[in-house]
Amino acid sequence: MLEIVRSVPIDYFVYLCTALFAIGVLGVLTRRNAIVVLMCVELMLNAVNLLLAAFSTYLSDAQGQIMVFFIMVVAAAEAAVGLGILVMIYRNTKSTDISLLDNLKW
Amino acid sequence: MQTLIPLIPFLPLIGFAVNGLFGPRMSKGVSGWIGSGSVLLSFVLSILAFMEVSATHSPIRSEVYHFMSVGNLHISFGFLVDALSSWMMLIVTGIGFLIHVYSIGYMHDDAGFSRFFAYLNLFIFSMLLLIMGDNFVMLFFGWEGVGLCSYLLIGFWFTNRDYNLAANKAFIMNRIGDLGLLLGMFLIFKTFGSLQYEEVFARLAESQVETGVITSICLLLFVGAIGKSAQIPLFTWLPDAMAGPTPVSALIHAATMVTAGIYLVARCNGLFSLSHEALQVVAVVGMATSVLAALIGLQQNDIKKVLAYSTVSQLGLMFVSLGMGAYASAMFHVTTHAFFKALLFLGAGSVIHAMGGEQDIRNMGGLRKHLPITFWVFLIGTFAISGVPLLSGFFSKDEILAHTFDHGGVIWWALASFSSLLTATYMGRLFFLTFFGSFRGTHEQAHHLHESPPSMTIPLVALAVLSVVGGLINLPHIFHTGSTQWLAHWLSGTGINHQPVVPLTEVHLSASSEWMLMGFASVVALVVLAFTYASYSKPSNVPVPDEQLKGAARVLAYKFYVDELYNALFVRPTEALSKTLHYYVDVWAIDGVVDGVGRGFQTLGATFRRLQNGNIEYYLIGMVAGGIGLLLTYFL
Repeated sequence: MLEIVRSVPIDYFVYLCTALFAIGVLGVLTRRNAIVVLMCVELMLNAVNLLLAAFSTYLSDAQGQIMVFFIMVVAAAEAAVGLGILVMIYRNTKSTDISLLDNLKW
Repeated sequence: MQTLIPLIPFLPLIGFAVNGLFGPRMSKGVSGWIGSGSVLLSFVLSILAFMEVSATHSPIRSEVYHFMSVGNLHISFGFLVDALSSWMMLIVTGIGFLIHVYSIGYMHDDAGFSRFFAYLNLFIFSMLLLIMGDNFVMLFFGWEGVGLCSYLLIGFWFTNRDYNLAANKAFIMNRIGDLGLLLGMFLIFKTFGSLQYEEVFARLAESQVETGVITSICLLLFVGAIGKSAQIPLFTWLPDAMAGPTPVSALIHAATMVTAGIYLVARCNGLFSLSHEALQVVAVVGMATSVLAALIGLQQNDIKKVLAYSTVSQLGLMFVSLGMGAYASAMFHVTTHAFFKALLFLGAGSVIHAMGGEQDIRNMGGLRKHLPITFWVFLIGTFAISGVPLLSGFFSKDEILAHTFDHGGVIWWALASFSSLLTATYMGRLFFLTFFGSFRGTHEQAHHLHESPPSMTIPLVALAVLSVVGGLINLPHIFHTGSTQWLAHWLSGTGINHQPVVPLTEVHLSASSEWMLMGFASVVALVVLAFTYASYSKPSNVPVPDEQLKGAARVLAYKFYVDELYNALFVRPTEALSKTLHYYVDVWAIDGVVDGVGRGFQTLGATFRRLQNGNIEYYLIGMVAGGIGLLLTYFL
């Protein structure tokens, strides 16, 4: 397994993760559907997770993978809370469009 | 005895605490007797202290605790009982006790009975600190304390606005004097490096200090004395202070507090004796005050105002005596004045009590028949202050006159004699208008006339006896009775540093010229009294309202327009300045800056709050842009 992973150059992992992260950021910035925005956030988190796991394997250091577990736990919690909020928003506005949510202003 | 000394001031303080804290819950009798009893105990202890000083011929020192040390300034909370302070303690506690007893009768129907006794006790405590302290800070502490009590007691009936204004006036004018005293103390500390009497006077003897510095110290201390003892130019508070209850006028504004200035100068006689100029100033101010106040007293119609101006005038005479270097004579006059002026004020209180609050002598007359005891004691007081031979005032005033003749010259003597002549005139006028002729008050008042209760008449009689025999303590040496000049010798007893407390000042006159002076003064007093009897016991000579007076009499009745002058010179310009400063500095400049800063931030906020538009996408862009910005700054 280690050999298989190491047979791929580390640069490729970096390019892939950067691409995934950039897609996530673009999604967050451009999409107006709150569910898609949340999914894009997950994408950004997982881009980072992948990078951590890759480096962890390359450097034979388990710390990176431990960090991944923590991020997954937090991401799960974030998804639960985020979706909960979303349900409440939907009940109030009958919509998941985040551009409608502009009440918190001066 | 040393351990008992602190009890002398602290007993009245305990009386103050008990009356002040539990007064309203106690009966009036208990309040009154706690107030009087604590002063009586102090008086007994003062007698013991006096006897101890007399037996050992040395002062008693007693340090309660070390008050403070800052750098090389060391101040002890200590007491010094020497010839001068033990004598003053006897006057303050003795007269104080009599006036406390009198107050039990006088204030009987007052709602603030226990409050009154609490203040009186606090006053006795402060006054005792003033005279017993062994350094200038203790003196200053007492000095401020008596000023506070004076303020509280003048404004005792605080529902009357005028009385509060009078209290404010007294307090503010005293503050002017206090500033002088304080500056004098600073200069003493700068010059001598200490504020303890012992060290100051010791260093004064051993070091050569410039006369100019000594004169400055003396003049600054004298400014303090001017404020407290109501001399020109700060004398106008004392007549207004008559707003307080009559026992207060007797105790504070006649017998004790106002003599604090005399005590201060007598205590610092070592300093004053070195500065001829300062003594000259003291004498001139005293003489001017004495004559001016006596002139004003001629045309006053309020029984207490006449006595108040008389007090100012007599205090002036005491300062003349101090200015002549005759410190002991001044203390002698302080003593006899305390007797007869307290007597006169308490007598006036008895009259006011009988008249149901009436104070205008134009509405009195013929009270001789209704108030026999008051009449006789008032007669004694009047004769004593006027200088009728062999009464106490005769001896003390005569001694001052002899000193002015000896050390000042004929002009000083003539002015002092003129002042005594005026004293006899206004006192005769007051006395005969009040007690002779026919009653001029309302029918109601005539019906109400009654002699005062024993609690008031007994102190009156005691003071009358003292006013008669008070002169015996310091008979002139021409009397050859063996114990002449007793008080002067007592006061010249050994003090700290083994120096006389108050040096003896001899009169270098031949016996015949002294007899001449004495005879002249007696004749003047008797003639003036006879003249006033002849003119003021007749109904046709009752004073008219002030508005109908003309010329000089009108000027006198309006007190030389001094109050008006001060109003125009100081009060109104100060008010105008305050208003200007209020408008331009406070409202315009300071408020402008403060409000301007507030408004500036409001404008800033109003501008920037538009960033907060509530749109989530907008925030997200901001967040990402911020992240990219951070990365760029970090990596590039």
